[in-house]
Amino acid sequence: MSNQEIQELEVKAKEIRRWIIKMLAEAGSGHPGGALSCTDIITALYFKIMNHKPDNPKWEDRDRFVLSKGHSCPALYSALALSGYFPTSELMRLRKLDSFLQGHTDMTATPGVEMSAGSLGQGLSVAGGMALAAKLDKKKFRVYVVLGDGESQEGQIWEAAMACAHYKLDNLCAFLDYNKLQIDGPVNEVMVIEPIVDKFKAFGWNTIEIDGHDMHQIIYATNEANITYGKPTMVIAHTIKGKGVSFMEGKVGYHGVAPTKEEEQKALLELE
Amino acid sequence: MAELMATRDAYGETLVKLGIENKDIVVLDADCSSSTRTSLFKEKFPDRFFNFGIGEANMMGFAAGLASCGKTVFASTFAVFGSARVFDQIRTSIAWPKANVKIVVTHAGISVGEDGASHQAIEDLALMRSLPNLTVIVPADGIETEKAVITAAKDSTPFYIRLGRAKFPIVFSDDYEFKIGKGTILKQGNDVTIIAIGLMVFEALQAAAELQKEGIKARVINMSTIKPIDKDIIIQAAIETGAIVTCEEHSIIGGLGSAVAEVLVENNPVAMKRIGVKDRFGLSGKPDELLERFEMKSTHIVQAVKEVMMKKS
Repeated sequence: MSNQEIQELEVKAKEIRRWIIKMLAEAGSGHPGGALSCTDIITALYFKIMNHKPDNPKWEDRDRFVLSKGHSCPALYSALALSGYFPTSELMRLRKLDSFLQGHTDMTATPGVEMSAGSLGQGLSVAGGMALAAKLDKKKFRVYVVLGDGESQEGQIWEAAMACAHYKLDNLCAFLDYNKLQIDGPVNEVMVIEPIVDKFKAFGWNTIEIDGHDMHQIIYATNEANITYGKPTMVIAHTIKGKGVSFMEGKVGYHGVAPTKEEEQKALLELE
Repeated sequence: MAELMATRDAYGETLVKLGIENKDIVVLDADCSSSTRTSLFKEKFPDRFFNFGIGEANMMGFAAGLASCGKTVFASTFAVFGSARVFDQIRTSIAWPKANVKIVVTHAGISVGEDGASHQAIEDLALMRSLPNLTVIVPADGIETEKAVITAAKDSTPFYIRLGRAKFPIVFSDDYEFKIGKGTILKQGNDVTIIAIGLMVFEALQAAAELQKEGIKARVINMSTIKPIDKDIIIQAAIETGAIVTCEEHSIIGGLGSAVAEVLVENNPVAMKRIGVKDRFGLSGKPDELLERFEMKSTHIVQAVKEVMMKKS
């Protein structure tokens, strides 16, 4: 991975962050905090790591991506639009009546969206099913999933963790977007999830801890997942909620509150 | 006495047949495979059978993921665990995305018997019927089970098929043609209509035979597809017979009785009574004892018919 490639990804991530701010400001509702925290991971996946064909969203051999934390969909929608699944102009119709960009991901509505989500805790199971299908059909495609940290309080995550390890789904690579905040406050005050790395390890996963805003580390982690056999990989990605917009960073209040027009201008200046 | 067959036995055997024809069929279970009879498929196709242990929510998610990659997925467990316990997983991961998942549950209704209230799913139809995109079927016997399962396998949309534990009397012959969304008139009559599902179809037929002795000609309809329900056959019955009794091994709230009442009240209201579990939880006991206690035997249907006929306008 050359430094130039890394820089290009960083530029792309910034562009996605600008779109997130613009589309949320236009919609007047939505979730900026968690979208901005997983932007770098989603950017790396769509613009470097995954095999996919935006002009043929249903290509059988494509790698699959599941956004389990469905409320972070502005990051995914932006990545899909910038990849070429649909025109970026559509982004400005987020959450509007008859738009195909629903408030939470709807796989029957949006080209390129692999799974409907919004009720938390279900994405890892779905991704596991996709990875199992690849194994059954002896297909080479890989499955990526992004989970939230608060989301991992759901019991189903641990049912899935058990099953993915049991079925040795080494074609599955999950990212835990560990931004440390949930609606009611710091994750470890609301309901402690630590020691999260040890937990996944104990469930039989290959675990990697990274800075979720460092492109080098994100790509390194997926490469390691790629050459890990017999077990799924969980990348614990330390991130910052609201990353890239100074007044949103680390603020619980921006979990589910869209920027005002004034805040939009301020944020876009920072993201130039 | 009619020949007996458990609908779950028919399910297991049908799965094996389907497995031979269609390599894309995979079967999931949550530690109930010997009871749901998916074990028959497991023995024959171990590579396409997956056990998820006691984790039904996760099983439903895996089912959705497998379906999104081209598999026709059958996911089975007991009705209580395959409906209420995982309602949100079915809603978000299966029904909304129109996943090709057939949720086939066994041990539904009070005829589960001795295990008691915790294991007697009598509210699952109310839940499943409320989900868009989901086809909900309650076969009346083993033959209808086989036909419904084969029909579901050929369709790419999600299904909820509700089976029992007990052996049910066979009511259909092999040449019976099952159609999604179509009720079947099992006995003609113009004095009153009895609409039934599942095990209660047999009770309804017995009631009709009793009524016949007293000169009352009851029409008996098997309404195996609860959703989409056959509106035409209900409206026709209302117009031609003027009174309806519904019979289900389910709460009288939200299941067949409610579905039929919804159609009637918007189209052609007539006198109606609902046979079923009257807003209470189940009990331990033998299936027959429970049907008697909950006033769901043919004798109770006969009584309900007489009451509803008094109200005919």
